[in-house]
Amino acid sequence: MRALILHTASSVLRLVPDPKTGERATRRRPEEGLSGGYRLGLRAVTPLLPAVLAFGVSFGVLAQAAGMGASASIVMSLTTFAGSAQFAVVSVLGAGGTAAAAIGAAVLLNARYAPMALAAAPVFRGGKLRRLLEAQLLVDESWALARREGGFDRRVLIGAGAGLYVGWSGGTAIGVVAGDSLADPATLGLDAAFPALFLALLAPLLKNRDALAAALLGAGIAICLTPITPAGIPVIAATAACLVGLRRPAAAQAPSYDERPPAAPGSDAEGRASAAPEGARG
Amino acid sequence: MSSVWVAVLVVGAATIALKAAGPVLAGERRLPLGSARVVDLLAPALLAALVATQAFSTDEALVLDERGAGLIAGGIAILLKAPLLVVVVVAAATAALLRLVT
Repeated sequence: MRALILHTASSVLRLVPDPKTGERATRRRPEEGLSGGYRLGLRAVTPLLPAVLAFGVSFGVLAQAAGMGASASIVMSLTTFAGSAQFAVVSVLGAGGTAAAAIGAAVLLNARYAPMALAAAPVFRGGKLRRLLEAQLLVDESWALARREGGFDRRVLIGAGAGLYVGWSGGTAIGVVAGDSLADPATLGLDAAFPALFLALLAPLLKNRDALAAALLGAGIAICLTPITPAGIPVIAATAACLVGLRRPAAAQAPSYDERPPAAPGSDAEGRASAAPEGARG
Repeated sequence: MSSVWVAVLVVGAATIALKAAGPVLAGERRLPLGSARVVDLLAPALLAALVATQAFSTDEALVLDERGAGLIAGGIAILLKAPLLVVVVVAAATAALLRLVT
């Protein structure tokens, strides 16, 4: 598993050149002062907020029932901010498991954030502390909503991530206080909302053969590994499916199936928006 | 320190580090063309894996339940070009109705 992450990470890092002078200047655009992008992210994530809030509540309720205590539950939502890992910790500790077992399960579940954050790394701004803090708003939903062809929209990522953060932490606090007098989100079908969301975000990406191959391979890897590996590993292993992009370097010049103008020589079919200033995306 | 706090603080620190490692260490360097292509395919691979695991797995078992039906209903809404909110509501309502009647 670790080898896989390292493999994915190194395949991304290996070719990273030193930043050339001037590149940074083009990245910083005058639009930075506008708040429109953040609001766009917040609006994009709004359909999900009821479900996120409900799951935050159910985390608070379950954590209380498992004897985690109010402050530990809320601190966990504020720092870890990742539903599946937090539920894993509650279920391991609630079943009498050790802290080490709970930590192991949660870290495996969150290990996917390393390659995801690396993919989004170029859009974060400022010094190390600011980048560290902004990166905390990266979760599955904000990452997927902020994805643009060839890169990510930083303001959408932050706007959506902030909405999710408030919903998740606020929900946890409500759950801790209100206890199990509240409805189970599963009764409302809210657990079915997340796979549908990810499918909706996936569908527009499936416009060329490589993307379709990566998606089918990723889903296949995840399904095959689910019964035989600990939770978390199937999704991390599935990220290796993106390596189908290395299959034929010459395919870079192949036309894509969208309406973009032909790619300039030397760039690939997707137009490499990662080289474009942030404001030019989407 | 209780094992609860050990787990909470270690998992919190590990998650913060996992999310921050790339953005802090890679800085604002742009990814070169070859790897950008790989990164582009990370999204379909990861999203498909999330769809598969969140719809068809519980803990470490493959299961076919109301979430699968919700996903199919959501998929139909996607094919009909419904907005995201409608897709999510259709999927949730389908699962909720099925749970109500079964």
